[in-house]
Amino acid sequence: MIKHESIETNAGLLVVLTLIVVSIGGLVEIVPLFYISDTVEEVEGVRPYTALELRGRDIYQREGCYLCHSQMIRPFRDEWLRYGHYSLAAESQYDHPFQWGSKRTGPDLARVGNKYSNEWHVAHLVNPRSVVPQSIMPNYQWLLENDLDYSDVQDRMRALKVTGVPYSETQQEYDSNVAEFGVDVADQLDILRAEENLMQQALANNYDGQHGRITEMDALVAYLQMLGTMVDFSKYDEGYFTDFR
Amino acid sequence: MAQTGIGSAEQYNYEIIKKFAIMALVWGLLGMATGVYIAAELAWPALNFNIPEITFGRLRPVHTTLVIFGFGGSALFATSYYVVQRTCQTRLYSDWMAGFTFWGWQTAIVAGVISYVLGYTQSREYAEFEWPIDLIILVTWVLYFTVYIMTVRRRSQPHIYVANWFYIAFILVIALLHIFNNLAVPVSMFSLKSYSLFSGVQDAMTQWWYGHNAVGFFLTAAFLGMMYYFVPKQAGRPVYSYRLSIVHFWSLAFLYMWVGAHHLHWTALPDWTSTLAATFSIMLLLPSWGGMINGIMTLSGAWDKLRTDPIMLFLITSLSFYGMSTFEGPLMSLKSVNALSHYTDWTIGHVHSGALGWVAMVSFGSFYHMVPRLYDTRLYSTRLVYVHFWLATIGILLYITAMWVAGIFQGLMLRSFDDYGNLAYTFVETVVFLHSPYVVRALGGLFFVSGVAVMAYNMIMTIRKARVEAAELDAKLAAKMARI
Repeated sequence: MIKHESIETNAGLLVVLTLIVVSIGGLVEIVPLFYISDTVEEVEGVRPYTALELRGRDIYQREGCYLCHSQMIRPFRDEWLRYGHYSLAAESQYDHPFQWGSKRTGPDLARVGNKYSNEWHVAHLVNPRSVVPQSIMPNYQWLLENDLDYSDVQDRMRALKVTGVPYSETQQEYDSNVAEFGVDVADQLDILRAEENLMQQALANNYDGQHGRITEMDALVAYLQMLGTMVDFSKYDEGYFTDFR
Repeated sequence: MAQTGIGSAEQYNYEIIKKFAIMALVWGLLGMATGVYIAAELAWPALNFNIPEITFGRLRPVHTTLVIFGFGGSALFATSYYVVQRTCQTRLYSDWMAGFTFWGWQTAIVAGVISYVLGYTQSREYAEFEWPIDLIILVTWVLYFTVYIMTVRRRSQPHIYVANWFYIAFILVIALLHIFNNLAVPVSMFSLKSYSLFSGVQDAMTQWWYGHNAVGFFLTAAFLGMMYYFVPKQAGRPVYSYRLSIVHFWSLAFLYMWVGAHHLHWTALPDWTSTLAATFSIMLLLPSWGGMINGIMTLSGAWDKLRTDPIMLFLITSLSFYGMSTFEGPLMSLKSVNALSHYTDWTIGHVHSGALGWVAMVSFGSFYHMVPRLYDTRLYSTRLVYVHFWLATIGILLYITAMWVAGIFQGLMLRSFDDYGNLAYTFVETVVFLHSPYVVRALGGLFFVSGVAVMAYNMIMTIRKARVEAAELDAKLAAKMARI
């Protein structure tokens, strides 16, 4: 049995023992999450973000939306009624970083997609009190004024590719995306066609209601309208997801 | 009473401590004022003024960074450099390295704050710094560790005093957390933007392993180091129990690292992880209270000091808040309680009872003890210390009471159903309810920050007084020399 005196008279020993003691918790709790296959559910429909959605997500982070809005619905009856099916780990598997949040000063946004019209979102972001009089959210009118900068969208996708998101650059990568997600999605994940895809999605859907311009509002609304819509829950029995918890 | 005596300027490096102490007060004032402002934005959203740079979403990391890293970090650098030199009775290992830690740390704070208002953030709470700033912090931290450990190795005592164990654990763990939580891939070498290496559930776990242990080691262990030096010093008595300090040091260091996942109860994180975290959170109550008891009981036999010494009042009150919030923490980590409290202002209140009640109060007490000694003088005004104490205490009580009301009632409203089984309230109805608690919270913050302003005034006058005294002493000496 070593005496504590030998630790507190030896700086090196103190450092080494402290490092050992503090490492155990993290090793036990974090490392298995990368290896236990049940951690992330097997589910169809979840795909990486399109170039436009990705830029919208960047703006979501830039404005600090995550500080007041969570993207994580818990398995409670009130949350089910208010927001919908509880969130799956699979639904944020391409989220670098995760946006689960820690505080709901405003409502959860995990399934806000397709609940409101594009026009509602634009009106709400420009002046939240025009549609929700009691809201305390700031106005984000500059999203409608700023043209979207997508000059480095390919670099952004390449950086995400390094982290493991299956954006494609080679024919082989493209083919494997076709096999996994289908042709339409695989086209959207092609880095070399990113700018073209982005413009096409923004102009075709015209999220911000302004013709001929692609604004930051286009990107953010495209992102919001996609949130929580990827998984078709009618395809799964209620018991299916509980096995993964 | 000047305890340092002539020659201490050569014996110890006090200049670096003075610099950090002054910056701690500057950042404290700015960071807490920002806190009051964003609290007011939640009560009166017109204060966002349609200006991107000052909206709540961009200013909130400014507030947390300034108070945690600006104020708290600078206070820790200052006191740790003071404590390590005094307890090891040796000068800091390297003046230039210590100087680098000052400039590196301040650069990171300034760069961080500017980058947030411009919209550059990793969007990881309390780790919002983008990658180039993370690298500055990393270099700073390596030098900090080197200075600290080499100073400890040069000690003229065989034993390493307990305060230093806590500071060493803090430096080590923050290095570990900083490195692993900030693993990210930059968009390009010339872009501030990066994407985190991990995603989804693993990323969430890593972030809250970081987040809670930043609380555990930055805001707790390190400040316990402060406590272990300044409470016995100010009380003029030895630490209550040597054995208790050993037991609670090792158990705190071991248990804390398991509890981060209690921030992710009921989420898509697997149940086994969050259950484990909740279990360890309950166990953590023991070492936490061990530390509190060891601090408070140090005063046993000298309780009368609470009547006469406002610095002691700060230190003991801080320990009481530490005990209170380390009881509240395990309570909130129970899954059933967390189901109500999570996502609400109860969490915000909990953090502030720790941050204002424990971290800030113990720093104030330590500074009132340390700063006059650095300048070889006495405090300008003891009366103003009392004024500060009451402003701070009233501020905290207003703050946490408002947040209990806000959090618990919002949690209850959100889960209440009418007779037909429908939701009784819409979300925005709870927002309306929150207005009054938000006003009271901003008022509490205003009390607290005015206390800090009083402290800053007291400190400026103390330093001025020291300069006048030094000048008088020089004049006397000169006159004496002239006569010879």
